Amino acid sequence: MTQAQATRHPRGASEPLLSVRDLRVTFQRQGDAAFKAVDGVSFDVRPGQTVGLVGESGCGKSVTSLAIMGLLPERGNTVEGKAVFDGEDLLTLSPSAMRDRRGAEIAMIFQDPLSSLNPVITIGRQVTEVMERHQGLSRKQATPKARDLLERVGIPDPKARLVNYPHQLSGGMRQRALIAMALACNPRLLIADEPTTALDVTIQAQILALLKELVVDTGTALVMITHDLGVVAGLCDEVNVLYGGKVVERGGRHGLFKRPRHPYTVGLLNSIPRLDAPLGEKLDPVPGSVADNLPWASACAFAPRCSQVVDACTSHTPEWEGDHVVGHRCFNPMGGTP
Amino acid sequence: MSEDRDGRTPTPPDGGRARRPSYGQVRRDRIDALATAGTVDDEPGVSLIRSAWKRLRRNPIFLLGAAITLAFIVLAIISPWIAPWDVTARPLLDQVRPQTNPVPGPEPGHLLGGDDRGRDLFSRLLVGSRQTLIVGVFATLFGLAGGITLGTVAGAIGGWVDSLVMRIVDVMLSVPSLLLAFTIASLARSPSQWTLIVAIAVIQVPIFARLLRGSMLAQRGSDHVLAARSLGVRPRAIVFRHMLPNSLGPVIVQATLSLAVAIIDAAALSFLGLGNPDQRQPEWGQMLGLAQKYISEAPHLAFYPAGCIIVVALGFTLMGESLREALDPKTRR
Ligand SMILES: Nc1ncnc2c1ncn2[C@@H]1O[C@H](COP(=O)(O)OP(=O)(O)OP(=O)(O)O)[C@@H](O)[C@H]1O
Ligand code: SF4
Ligand SMILES: [Mg+2]
Repeated sequence: MTQAQATRHPRGASEPLLSVRDLRVTFQRQGDAAFKAVDGVSFDVRPGQTVGLVGESGCGKSVTSLAIMGLLPERGNTVEGKAVFDGEDLLTLSPSAMRDRRGAEIAMIFQDPLSSLNPVITIGRQVTEVMERHQGLSRKQATPKARDLLERVGIPDPKARLVNYPHQLSGGMRQRALIAMALACNPRLLIADEPTTALDVTIQAQILALLKELVVDTGTALVMITHDLGVVAGLCDEVNVLYGGKVVERGGRHGLFKRPRHPYTVGLLNSIPRLDAPLGEKLDPVPGSVADNLPWASACAFAPRCSQVVDACTSHTPEWEGDHVVGHRCFNPMGGTP
Repeated sequence: MSEDRDGRTPTPPDGGRARRPSYGQVRRDRIDALATAGTVDDEPGVSLIRSAWKRLRRNPIFLLGAAITLAFIVLAIISPWIAPWDVTARPLLDQVRPQTNPVPGPEPGHLLGGDDRGRDLFSRLLVGSRQTLIVGVFATLFGLAGGITLGTVAGAIGGWVDSLVMRIVDVMLSVPSLLLAFTIASLARSPSQWTLIVAIAVIQVPIFARLLRGSMLAQRGSDHVLAARSLGVRPRAIVFRHMLPNSLGPVIVQATLSLAVAIIDAAALSFLGLGNPDQRQPEWGQMLGLAQKYISEAPHLAFYPAGCIIVVALGFTLMGESLREALDPKTRR
């Protein structure tokens, strides 16, 4: 790890709320070599900030978030590194201490709202359950609060919805209900793992707008996980681009979009459909697939798909150039080495 | 759900073995297929029973099975009031001639004639449905209770507790069930209907235990359980509020199938003299056993109770199998 851990960044007015350092998750697969799903990821989230984790399917976004939440399967994997939240390393907390934090201090929303709700319990019961668990309320005390919450996340006729089962709600309403559950105890950090991928395009925009509104109103910090840089553009203050389990580029939203350095980021940016593009123009996604990856240990994993590849790329690991605010991991970045 | 679920879905039991699978293996695979059927749902988020019901409403086989089952249950409940004769009364006693005519034939007022003691056969058949139902239902309920307890313990605690419970369960499953029931029933000093109930309950326990444990494991890796865990819900609530209620669908299906088996097994055991010997409480298997003596002179004495057993078992089986099929993704299309 060459990340300059000591450097304080210039805008560092507030201490990070969550500070992930050199996180590594290795899955042991029977009869197979161990698989590094997350390979030394570091990033910071400051109070009230929205940080994006972006990358293709399989790059380790979900595993990163599950590791921070302590929700990876008990067996078959090892987690190394640190995830310091409010001065405590979450990765070393006892399971019961971690349970007390989850839902109260840190909450998470998932990709598929339908399968993430319990089909046999009413929406109201699922929302009150969280408040009963963490705030010591009775169900009776929690019910009016649950109603208010559903109203706050934009569910029409919340009182009637309390007694509905998940299948009686539309996809967008279900995701709103999940957001209500996650925000029920005013957590300080919310991790959203592709919260809009399973939804219709029009609903996607509504849910993103809602998330933005809620994090602004409540001051909740948000980690936004997505494979879609378009989502990031409207929402995130800072973006981390992941490739093959490593952060390959980081930057503020404006900087990253205006002057991307890493060839993979450029590929991702080119694959965003543009409203002003001529009709029928072909998108330019990154060629090849993650299956072509080289091992990070002795190369740049992205080399087989990279347009900028140079000799060093296949024989050495590119090191992190930069700090906790901006940086990249590339031998031959776009725009040349400064 | 085509989305990769982060490798959290349990691996299915490995199919395609070269050798012919053993008796125990066949039973285990059958149970496991039903257990995982509960999570492979084309309408996620809709409870299993509800989505199965949609498919079943139009299935004539299911409806036939359900009709038979319903008729049987209603009869079993009301039979003492509608039976034309008391089951202990012997209105045809003066027609019984042990040497020449041991079993009186039908006559007006006695639709199916009498038995060797001059009792009305039709009334005894009707009332016999009640004992059959009682034994079947109680055996299945006790089997369910035992199986749900063991399966929950194994599925919720995991680790060595799980391994131990499942070892015992698998051993029990590899013994032919009727043989096991026979062994247990013959341990009783004096046979009664409770002997039957206990013996048959015991052979149901491993089936329900393995089934519930399997669907609990599938639930443990499900999205909604992960979501509940992400909100800090306590393990006890996860098990009893989030995993168990969603695991019961396959268990209910199995209970329907088990009732059929329980009825047949109860008849078999009581035919072998391991059931209730009290003839004041007629039961089909018991009647079948008593009919043996006259099988050449009066085969109808055996034919009627046997027919009743077959029809009722068929009803439960048709219903249970179509439920099973409605849930099993492999047979669904
Ligand atoms: N429980 C597990 N056991 C083994 N491998 C796993 C497990 N969970 C995830 N992986 C592997 O880790 C890698 C990273 O997975 P992850 O779910 O984090 O990807 P992702 O970036 O979230 O992708 P997506 O956009 O598809 O959600 C994948 O290759 C996946 O197969
Ligand atoms: S290190 Fe080389 S292969 Fe990797 S992204 Fe940079 S230029 Fe491409
Ligand atoms: Mg993911």
